[in-house]
Amino acid sequence: MIELKGVSKTYYTKDGPVNACQDINLTIQDGEIFGIIGFSGAGKSTLIRCINLLEKPTSGSVTVDGVELTSPGVDIRGARRNIGMMFQQFNLLMQKTALQNICFPLLISGVKKPEAEKRAQELLELVGIPDKANAYPAQLSGGQKQRVAIARALATRPKILLCDEATSALDPTTTAQILKLLKDLNRQLGITIVIITHEMRVIEEICSRVAIMDDSHIAELGRVDEVFVNPKSAIGKKLIFPEGKNAEFVASGQCLRIVFDGTTAYEPVLGNMMIECGEPCNILYADTKAIDGNAFGQMVVQLPKNETAAKRMRAYLDRKGIKNSVEEFEDVH
Amino acid sequence: MFTKEFWQLMGTGTLETLYMVIGSTLFAYIIGLPVGVILVATDDHGITPVKWLNRILGVIVNILRSIPFIILLLWMIPVTRAILGTTLGATATIVPLVASAAPFVARMVESSIKEIDGGVIEAAQSMGATPWQIITRVMLPEAKPSLVINAAIVTTTILGYTAMSGFVGGGGLSTIAINYGYYRYQGDVMSITVVFLVIIVQIFQEIGTRIAKKIDKRNH
Repeated sequence: MIELKGVSKTYYTKDGPVNACQDINLTIQDGEIFGIIGFSGAGKSTLIRCINLLEKPTSGSVTVDGVELTSPGVDIRGARRNIGMMFQQFNLLMQKTALQNICFPLLISGVKKPEAEKRAQELLELVGIPDKANAYPAQLSGGQKQRVAIARALATRPKILLCDEATSALDPTTTAQILKLLKDLNRQLGITIVIITHEMRVIEEICSRVAIMDDSHIAELGRVDEVFVNPKSAIGKKLIFPEGKNAEFVASGQCLRIVFDGTTAYEPVLGNMMIECGEPCNILYADTKAIDGNAFGQMVVQLPKNETAAKRMRAYLDRKGIKNSVEEFEDVH
Repeated sequence: MFTKEFWQLMGTGTLETLYMVIGSTLFAYIIGLPVGVILVATDDHGITPVKWLNRILGVIVNILRSIPFIILLLWMIPVTRAILGTTLGATATIVPLVASAAPFVARMVESSIKEIDGGVIEAAQSMGATPWQIITRVMLPEAKPSLVINAAIVTTTILGYTAMSGFVGGGGLSTIAINYGYYRYQGDVMSITVVFLVIIVQIFQEIGTRIAKKIDKRNH
């Protein structure tokens, strides 16, 4: 468990003090994938570095697995071996092979070389690149480098993995692969993962809870599905509905708003509804996303003129337990 | 003019020059390498900031770097005499050469290490590496190609310094150039020593560049 209590970090620059984090209170449970999202400069990089004390908080306490790291005399280096970390730019040793890179954290913690190499080879298999043991980072693609970085971060069998924009330098396909790998590792090893990112996609893909950071504060914190469906903070709305929540409606008249709150999995709800009612309908607005295999979001469809068909549609949705409401929309044109 | 004796003289001169250059490079690194590392490590943004040590070393390095070698050469005469009992010959020249080259080496080492991406050092810190482990297992190995390139620059600079030592009887090719070429107006002797010096510089530079290229794993 990671507990941050009243954590603040102030940098003293020649232009005066800069608050990177202010009064951050956060509890991250064991085995959870926790996301911290915010725009550049919100303070999320500083916050994640406060967890392993790469940045020493100006005030507040950081407790990891019951050990208060911010109290004097604590063996920070020992504690860091229990907290793996990966970075946007991978930060691999460029003059060392993939295998040597993974051996590094083991060797500095006193593991003998043959044993370290054996463990490193296992890890290369775990992250899916067993054939790259003797390749240098310059010979690897971005995704492969990040896999080596994951293996390196896991070498000392840490309970916690900190990811600092770990997918921001990768293309969308590679990002998806790395996220899947992280999710698998979370399930297989039960490792707690803390991810900071500026991409909503990353949060949706793998996080169970999210904290939204804005201007060195936590603006909003909650389960990803809840925050996603109904962001309360201004910054949350801006992140989740980047182009503004309401698209322009092109039609007028009676419309049906359908809310997906995660109870419907992979069922083609709208398609089935139209088949059942024998009447096609026009989709005016749709914004749904899959989080953890469940659908979240909203759709607005134009109700057919035929009233019986319209009633049947609502009855179908009610039967499926999907929230819906009839609304009047004005033609914006 | 170009008798057997002359070529023997040139041969001895070349060996003396190589002896001075390699010897002083070696000692300059024995002193300059740790100083350069300490300068990086104790920097305000370094792995173990120690402000006073950083400032003191910085000032000493700057003072020694700002004294022209020809002045240092004369100024060091009592020191050299105290250490070796003589101020003449190749070995005696090594003392001022080291005094001049060591701070230069320190700055070269400092700049090589500072070329390393700070993220790699942060990664090592996140794994719980001690400052000593970061120096020996991250900084120096990662900076190796740059250190080798800079070592070639250091040796050629020292070679240039040995020419000045020729004026005070330092030995080597430059003493020949000065004694024969300058004092006895034998321009051809001067020219031949210059050719020899150019060849030595080329060889050192080439060796340095090739080794650096071979060991650098970034360009595969």
